[in-house]
Amino acid sequence: MCGIIGFISRKKRLIRGDKIAIALDSLKERGNGQGSGYVGYGIYPDYKDYYALHVFLKNTPTYHKIIDKVKNILSKYGVVVKDEEIPVKEGVLKKEFIPWRFFYDFHDSYKDIENDLMVNIVMEINDKVNGAFVFSSGKNLGVFKATGWPKEVAEFYRLDEYEGYMWLAHARYPTNTRGWWGGAHPFNILNWSVVHNGEITSYGTNKRYVESFGYKCRMFTDTEVVAYIFDLLIRKHKLPVEYALSAIAPKFWDEIERMDEEERRIHEAIRMTYGPAALNGPFAIVVGTHEGMIFMNGDIEKNNTMIGLTDRIKLRPLVAAEKDDLVFVSSEEAAIRRICPELDKVEMPDAGSPVIVRIE
Amino acid sequence: MEEECKMIPSAVPPKYKVEIDRDRCMLCGRCVEECSWGVYRKEKDRIVIYSNRCGACQRCIVMCPRDAITVRRNITCWRDHPLWTAEVREDIINQSKTGCVLLSGMGNAKEYPTYFDRIVLDACQVTNPSIDPLREPMELRTYIGKKPKKLEFEFVEEEIDGKKIKKAKLKTKIAPNLKLETPIMIAHMSYGALSLNAHLAMAKAVKECGTYMGSGEGGLHKALYPYADHIITQVASGRFGVNVDYLNRGAAIEIKIGQGSKPGIGGHLPGEKVTAEVSMTRMIPEGTDAISPAPHHDIYSIEDLAQLVRSLKEATRWKKPVFVKIAAVHNVAAIANGIATSDADAVVIDGFKGGTGAAPKVFRDHVGIPIEMAIAAVDERLREEGVRNEVSIIASGGIRNSADVFKAIALGADAVYIGTAAMVALGCRVCGRCYTGQCAWGIATQRPELVNRLDVEEGARRVANLIKAWTLEIKELLGAAGINSIESLRGNRDRLRGIGLNEVELKALGIKHAGF
Ligand code: SF4
Ligand code: SF4
Repeated sequence: MCGIIGFISRKKRLIRGDKIAIALDSLKERGNGQGSGYVGYGIYPDYKDYYALHVFLKNTPTYHKIIDKVKNILSKYGVVVKDEEIPVKEGVLKKEFIPWRFFYDFHDSYKDIENDLMVNIVMEINDKVNGAFVFSSGKNLGVFKATGWPKEVAEFYRLDEYEGYMWLAHARYPTNTRGWWGGAHPFNILNWSVVHNGEITSYGTNKRYVESFGYKCRMFTDTEVVAYIFDLLIRKHKLPVEYALSAIAPKFWDEIERMDEEERRIHEAIRMTYGPAALNGPFAIVVGTHEGMIFMNGDIEKNNTMIGLTDRIKLRPLVAAEKDDLVFVSSEEAAIRRICPELDKVEMPDAGSPVIVRIE
Repeated sequence: MEEECKMIPSAVPPKYKVEIDRDRCMLCGRCVEECSWGVYRKEKDRIVIYSNRCGACQRCIVMCPRDAITVRRNITCWRDHPLWTAEVREDIINQSKTGCVLLSGMGNAKEYPTYFDRIVLDACQVTNPSIDPLREPMELRTYIGKKPKKLEFEFVEEEIDGKKIKKAKLKTKIAPNLKLETPIMIAHMSYGALSLNAHLAMAKAVKECGTYMGSGEGGLHKALYPYADHIITQVASGRFGVNVDYLNRGAAIEIKIGQGSKPGIGGHLPGEKVTAEVSMTRMIPEGTDAISPAPHHDIYSIEDLAQLVRSLKEATRWKKPVFVKIAAVHNVAAIANGIATSDADAVVIDGFKGGTGAAPKVFRDHVGIPIEMAIAAVDERLREEGVRNEVSIIASGGIRNSADVFKAIALGADAVYIGTAAMVALGCRVCGRCYTGQCAWGIATQRPELVNRLDVEEGARRVANLIKAWTLEIKELLGAAGINSIESLRGNRDRLRGIGLNEVELKALGIKHAGF
C-alpha cells in the first residue's frame, strides 16, 4: 500500500510545491514514514535548457571525492554549468545522504544523442561510482525524496520555494525492499517520472528485459524499472503512446480476439514483441512524461504530460478529477479534495485504460 | 518354446521376482496372453514363470482378473562394495558375454541432482493479492517463433466521413509463429519407435488442447494428416520421410541435431520395427535397420546449419517456423546463440535426463548436462547478446509435472516438450525396454496384436487430461504468484529460490537461496 497523487495545470500555471505536500500529507495513512517524495516540472526556469541532475552522495567526510568522480564522468561529454548542495532545512531528517545538484550541458557535437547519452551517464554513475545515486536527470524538473513522512520531506527540501506546473508525489509503505532514500518515489530518468502504488510481480522479467537494452536497475526496488520501460517503449522505440500503454497493461486475449482485423493484428504483435515489458501484479501509477511522445493519430506531443494507469484488473485504486485548468490523479479522492475542495468532475478510470492529460 | 528359453540367457540374477498366488489364480491364462516378454507359460494345471524375462512393466498385474500376480524386486545378495556395485558387475558380466554396447531405454538413471527438486516457488501474501484463476482471466497463450526486436509504425492519412485523419499502421512484419494455448507440447518421438495408435492418441490430444506435438524423425503416417496442423515435422540426420510435402504439411519444422539422452550420436531403429507401414512412412525398405548418422552429413559447422534452416524456409516459402534441437552439452549457451543468430525461430534444448527408446547406456548415463542449468545458461547468454526475446526457447528432457514446467519457464524457457510423461499417460510404466519392440502396452511396438491394445480414443483422452490438469495447476501457481499472464513469468527468476544448493549452483541457475 502506498499513496500517490499528481496534478497538472493544463495552462502551465505555476503552483507552489507546498500544495502537493499538503495533499500527500492526507495520504500518510497509506505510507509508514519510510519514504516520501515529490517531483516538480517547470521548477528551474533559469536553467531550463540544462539537465538538472539530482544526486545522493553518501554522507561521509570525504563526499567531495564522490563529487569529483561524478564530475569526471560528466566532463567527458559536456560541462557542469553549476553545482551545489540542494538547499535543505537542517535538523528535520537524519541526513543519510547529501543531496547535490548539477546543471549540465552537453557539448554541441553530442546534442543529437544527448538523451541517450544522459541515460548512459546515469547508468554509469549509479553502477560505478560508489556512494553516488542519480535520482533525477531531466530538464527543468527535479525530484525531491528521502526517508521520512510526507511533511518532513517537504520541509527538508523547502518545497515551498519551488513552483511547477506539474507535481507528482508519493508516500511509501515499503514491502519489497528496505526503506532507503534511493528507494523512495518518484523514480526518474530524463523527463520521465513515475510514482507507483503496488507490487510488480513481473519485476524479474521486466528487469532482465530492460537490462538487455542497457538499462541498469540499481535502486533495489521494483518501480525503477517502470521508468525505464516508458523510456524504452515511447522515447527509444517510438511506439504510439496508446500502444505503448497497452504493452504495459496488455489487453486480454479475449478482448483482442474481438477487435477488428487490423487492431487485432497490432495488439497481437504488441503482446508478442513486448510481452516482457508488461507490468503484472497490482499497480496504479502516475507518470510525468518526456516530450516527443507520438500519439496514434500522428500528433507529436511537445510538452510533458501526465498519465495515470492501473493494472488490467485494477487491483489498486486510482481516481481522476478536474477543476478549471487543473487535473488531478490520486489513490484517493480525499487527498484531492484536501487541496481543491470544489471539483468540476470526478471519475474512476477503467482497469487498464489510461488517463492522459496534455497541456493546452 | 524350450529353444526360445535358451536364447534368453540369464547370467545375472533376475531383477524381478514374479509370483502368482496359487489360491487366487483360476488358470485363465490371461497373463500368458498379456505378457509380451514371455514370462508366463501355461502347462496343464499350472502357470510356469520365467522371472528373468520380467521388466516390471506391470501389464500382467493390471490385467489379471483375480489380482493374483505380484512382481517384486528380486534382491539377490551381492557382496557389498562401494565401488563395485551390483550394477557395475552386472554390466560387465553382460558385456563380456556379448561384446556389445549396452543398450538401455528411458532417461538417465544415475543419481545426479534433479535441480527442479531443489527449487521452490513464490506466492503472494498481503502486500499483493494472489489472483483466483477461477474468477479472473489467466493467460497461458504462448507464441513460439521469431519476434521483432521492436515494432515500427507508420502514419497513414485516411479519409473517414469526409474527414482526413492520420492513423498509426503497423509497419513491422511478424514472422509466422506457433500459437500455443498452453506452454506444454509433446516431444518428438518417431512413428516406428512408437506405434501408430500412440501417435494418433497424442495427435488428437494436442489438437484438442491447442498445442503441438513433434512427428519425430520417422516421417508422417497418412493417418496423421488430419492433425498435421498441430504437428511439428522433424528433419533428422537420417532424413527419413522428408520431402517437400512432408515439410509443408506440418505446422513447423524442427531440425534435430542432438538428443539429450544420447548427445553426439545418431539413432537406430531395429529392422524388426520396420514393418510395411513404417517402411512406407520412412521411405526405406521393409525390415532394414533405420540408422540415423551421428552428424547431419550436410552440417559440419554453424554456417551449414544456417544454410539448412534457410533451405527449409525456402522450401516452405517462409511460411513455417524452423526450430533447431540440440542436446544440452557443456557449451550449450554458445551453440544456442549461434542458432539464434541464424534464421531459426526457436532453439530446443534437450537435457540429459531426456527419455529415449534406445540409447547406449554409457551415453544415457554420462553425457550431457541438466536441463535446468542449460535453460539458465542459454537464456542468460541470449539476453547478453540482446536477442533473447527474438527467438523462443523450448526446454525438454525430464519434465515430470506442472511444477517442472513452471520452473523451466521461470528459469527462461518459453515452452516445454514432454515425452515420457505423455507416454506414461498412455500406460507406459517406464520399464525401459522400448528398443525391444515388445512393449506390452502397445506404445513402443509395431506388433499389431500389441498395438491394438492401445485404444486411440481412450489414449487421447488421457493425454489431453494430463495436459489440461497441468495447465490448470500452472494457472493456480501463477495466480498464487500474483501473475495473470505467462509472459510475466518467463525468465522471472526472482520468483524462484534454491534450497540446499551451493553458491556455484545458484549462480549457474541465476537464482537466490531461500532466506534471501
Ligand atoms: S514383463 Fe510385464 S507383463 Fe510380463 S511378467 Fe513382467 S510385469 Fe508382467
Ligand atoms: S513404452 Fe512400453 S516398453 Fe517402453 S518403457 Fe514404456 S512400457 Fe516399457
